[in-house]
Amino acid sequence: MAARIHGGAGAGAATALSTFNPKKLVAPSRTNLPAARSSKRCIVAGGGSDASKSLSVRHSQKLIASAAVATKAETSATTGTGHELLLFEALQEGLEEEMDRDPHVCVMGEDVGHYGGSYKVTKGLADKFGDLRVLDTPICENAFTGMGIGAAMTGLRPVIEGMNMGFLLLAFNQISNNCGMLHYTSGGQFTIPVVIRGPGGVGRQLGAEHSQRLESYFQSIPGIQMVACSTPYNAKGLMKAAIRSENPVILFEHVLLYNLKEKIPDEEYICNLEEAEMVRPGEHITILTYSRMRYHVMQAAKTLVNKGYDPEVIDIRSLKPFDLYTIGNSVKKTHRVLIVEECMRTGGIGASLTAAINENFHDYLDAPVMCLSSQDVPTPYAGTLEEWTVVQPAQIVTAVEQLCQ
Amino acid sequence: MALSRLSSRSTTLLQPFATTSLLRRRHISTDTTPITVETSLPFTSHLISPPSRAVETSSQELLSFFRDMALMRRMEIAADSLYKAKLIRGFCHLYDGQEAVAIGMEAAITKRDAIITSYRDHCTFLGRGGGLFEAFSELMGRTTGCSKGKGGSMHFYKKDASFYGGHGIVGAQAPLGCGLAFAQKYSKEEAVSFTLYGDGAANQGQLFEALNIAALWDLPAVLVCENNHYGMGTAEWRSAKSPAYFKRGDYVPGLKVDGMDALAVKQACKFAKEHALKNGPIILEMDTYRYHGHSMSDPGSTYRTRDEISGVRQVRDPIDRVRKLIIAHDIATEKELKDMEKEVRKEVDAAVAQAKESPIPEPSELFSNIYVKGFGAESFGADRKELRATLP
Repeated sequence: MAARIHGGAGAGAATALSTFNPKKLVAPSRTNLPAARSSKRCIVAGGGSDASKSLSVRHSQKLIASAAVATKAETSATTGTGHELLLFEALQEGLEEEMDRDPHVCVMGEDVGHYGGSYKVTKGLADKFGDLRVLDTPICENAFTGMGIGAAMTGLRPVIEGMNMGFLLLAFNQISNNCGMLHYTSGGQFTIPVVIRGPGGVGRQLGAEHSQRLESYFQSIPGIQMVACSTPYNAKGLMKAAIRSENPVILFEHVLLYNLKEKIPDEEYICNLEEAEMVRPGEHITILTYSRMRYHVMQAAKTLVNKGYDPEVIDIRSLKPFDLYTIGNSVKKTHRVLIVEECMRTGGIGASLTAAINENFHDYLDAPVMCLSSQDVPTPYAGTLEEWTVVQPAQIVTAVEQLCQ
Repeated sequence: MALSRLSSRSTTLLQPFATTSLLRRRHISTDTTPITVETSLPFTSHLISPPSRAVETSSQELLSFFRDMALMRRMEIAADSLYKAKLIRGFCHLYDGQEAVAIGMEAAITKRDAIITSYRDHCTFLGRGGGLFEAFSELMGRTTGCSKGKGGSMHFYKKDASFYGGHGIVGAQAPLGCGLAFAQKYSKEEAVSFTLYGDGAANQGQLFEALNIAALWDLPAVLVCENNHYGMGTAEWRSAKSPAYFKRGDYVPGLKVDGMDALAVKQACKFAKEHALKNGPIILEMDTYRYHGHSMSDPGSTYRTRDEISGVRQVRDPIDRVRKLIIAHDIATEKELKDMEKEVRKEVDAAVAQAKESPIPEPSELFSNIYVKGFGAESFGADRKELRATLP
């Protein structure tokens, strides 16, 4: 299935910006919109989420999860003409393409401009688009997040970067009350098409305050969407989708995944914000994961396959709302679920997902849903302690063995 | 006429004029020829030379000030009764006493300039062109309200008039206002944003963050501190080390204005707009007063004396000031003004009656406007055939 392009509802600069004269204005995107948008489900490229494919029987011996990278349908990447890059470069590519396409898209955050971004995601963009479109803010998360939201109320599409997701806690009021709720409390008058992004998650001994997983805190906010990227492919796709979405989207990146290398297609593609990614189809157990834990799961999958198990690994990607369709189909097939996440145990994404699965698919489960999460502790500095805070592949293997008895 | 420089506080000269105008029996003047009036107090400034005290206005403008302020006053009093009748629930923050700020500001700007304020937003909404019916419907939680009944007293918005609300959290509108100014600069519109906040919010950190940002990038932002001297129940001298709010910008120029004088407000806002378009942010401190308590849950008399409230009402009431000006300039008689007030009262009563008849929102409205339509935001059950909830 070739990568097809997704036409979003948030496309285009159809506003009265007659006086605007951007540095570089490109003609409207050359996307191929599908002729009939009969289904609300938008086309997804890659990940093989085609239902028939996921239900087909795959010989467990054939599949060896050698690379910690998703198997993909044929795109220019797999047929050889794609280009290889690192995850942060993929994010940058997505951002740059969207900024070229729509003059309303701007970036704001600490050190995004002249410095090029603390994780190089915005490298070179300030030179290309100017200081106003790639805005270096002072260190005031509350104010610049609020500023981005205020700008979005008038029609701009800011991409707000938190240097580390944990810093966005200072902007919680703005994100919860203004970003999430303004569309509702204004009776639909204002849309807030912001993208709030930044690296989070447990890194390499960064200490407690710089190893936060905010997806659990933000998940209750009504009106926002949350996605977590995990590969260069879906990073670029989700970045583009998030920018084009009319809803506020929080894009969770992970500090340790920025240097992942992958070949991605040359042609333009966008990933669906609300869809989960089938990483490895299987028969025995459904393992739901996202972000960095995907790689721990795939590593455990290698061991599991050697032991004769056939796990189905799904990267849920969409943290709010959950893609219960893909998840449900998988549960109906395997009847066992293991959730592996990096959130804390209490009130994390796994907790909500467990509840959702139990509510909706209880009849299909042969065993209780098991959830492996990080410990409910501040992340310690010491390396060994930090290792024990997050879920390790060995624990995943043990859990699968336990569930599949 | 020697009256053109008459101070509005003088009452002794009114008697002879009342009799002369009776003899003349003129219609209410809607003249637009300029009249120059001096503001009640001079402007105090910080880092900038203040504008002149002489404000140009006209009969038409003064009459519209009177009518609009009377409308606002009446609306707030009607809201008071509705709240006591339990038709308005939750929090209801009334603006009576502060009308001059909303009215004076509107006279100086256009609908392309943005205004954002806090929860004391009913009159600002009206000033921006919002309707009484929409306001009362929203207060009573009906679908015909300006936010479809889903916002309430603290969430009035009017996008087509660049009125951005309506915010419940003290001070949270300051960064938003900065964002409005940023967008105006980004899109090169020749417009400014007025961000209103109170003396209570003036102590919020995000305000100083917003000030820094606005000054750093020369954003066309005018920050207006509506200083009614009480942050909910705490007097200004008990919560602020430096109650000179117009000076708190430090590197940002400021102006202190008599917020009970609509003409002074108009002059200051006009001045501020010109400044912001060229030089970046400016702070305006409006010295004003609210007659009601912080909200309807607050009697307003536990932290201040009734004498104080009635004292301000007698000496500084904004509507009375304009009334005296109108009479002194022979634009209308006292009786005509009273008739105008009666008319306004009828208008408000009619709007209230109409709003009372309006429908309450449908249950499906619970799920509308959470997400913007068109991005697959449907929440299905396990089987895609069963639709659990559509989030349009």
